[in-house]
Amino acid sequence: MSQQIIFFILAAITLTSAIAVVTMRNLFHAALALMVSFLGVAGIYVLLEAGFMGMAQLLVYIGAISILIIFAVMMTRRMMQTRETPFNAQTLAALVGTLITMAILFVVIGRLYPLAPTTEIPLGAAPQVDPAIIGSSIDQLGRAFVGANAYVLPFEVASVLLLAALVGSIIIAWPRSGEEDNL
Amino acid sequence: MIPLSWYLLLSAALFSVGLFGVLARRNAIAVLMGVELMLNAVNINLIAFWRYLTPDRSVGLAWAVFVLTVAAAEAAAGLALIISVYRNRDSVDVEELDTLKN
Repeated sequence: MSQQIIFFILAAITLTSAIAVVTMRNLFHAALALMVSFLGVAGIYVLLEAGFMGMAQLLVYIGAISILIIFAVMMTRRMMQTRETPFNAQTLAALVGTLITMAILFVVIGRLYPLAPTTEIPLGAAPQVDPAIIGSSIDQLGRAFVGANAYVLPFEVASVLLLAALVGSIIIAWPRSGEEDNL
Repeated sequence: MIPLSWYLLLSAALFSVGLFGVLARRNAIAVLMGVELMLNAVNINLIAFWRYLTPDRSVGLAWAVFVLTVAAAEAAAGLALIISVYRNRDSVDVEELDTLKN
């Protein structure tokens, strides 16, 4: 029961701040709402007993990506000023399409999985698992990332991807020759 | 006791909100924020399925970590592009960026 209350609080925080992100005029406020939304998602991870993912969410999303977005907002500051509307010309079509998408997803989920909390049928509640198994999931994940018959290749490719993103971002954002004086 | 479907419904709602942000916002940075919300929704799904279906195997967590990595790379490259566009066109309004249109 207490878990359900925590779930509803976290879901409410996540969704209301997510709606604030997509509707607020002031981009800086939207970025702050985005951080709150990420925090709610981190709480959901903890509720799912994935503590490592919750910490990674705090460090990567709230600590790095949000700060990056706030930097970008500040560097393009003239756009931050309140204009007539934060929405573009296709907003109505976007709203209709989004609502249809959400309705389809809800119907599919409602058909496939039990909606009421119950232990009678599978997936009506989180399966009882030995706490030692959940506790060793980080250990298992670490071994999987370097195991020869697990994810060692994707892991190395991810490091190359991050390096490429790092170098690429610097190259793209580098001022062209003669422009340095204006910065 | 929380059924799996509640997490999936939350994730679907978060995804839809992010989708609306991507489709309807004028500012390119706000579009990128919508993409981040959608990636978060995907991660909620992955971790919920990991907990409910295969808590003894790390496959769901590993997927979520890779999504996190790609999201970080995407944010860095996307924001660099936006700053570059801002420097060249003096605008980050996606409706004014129509060079490829005609």
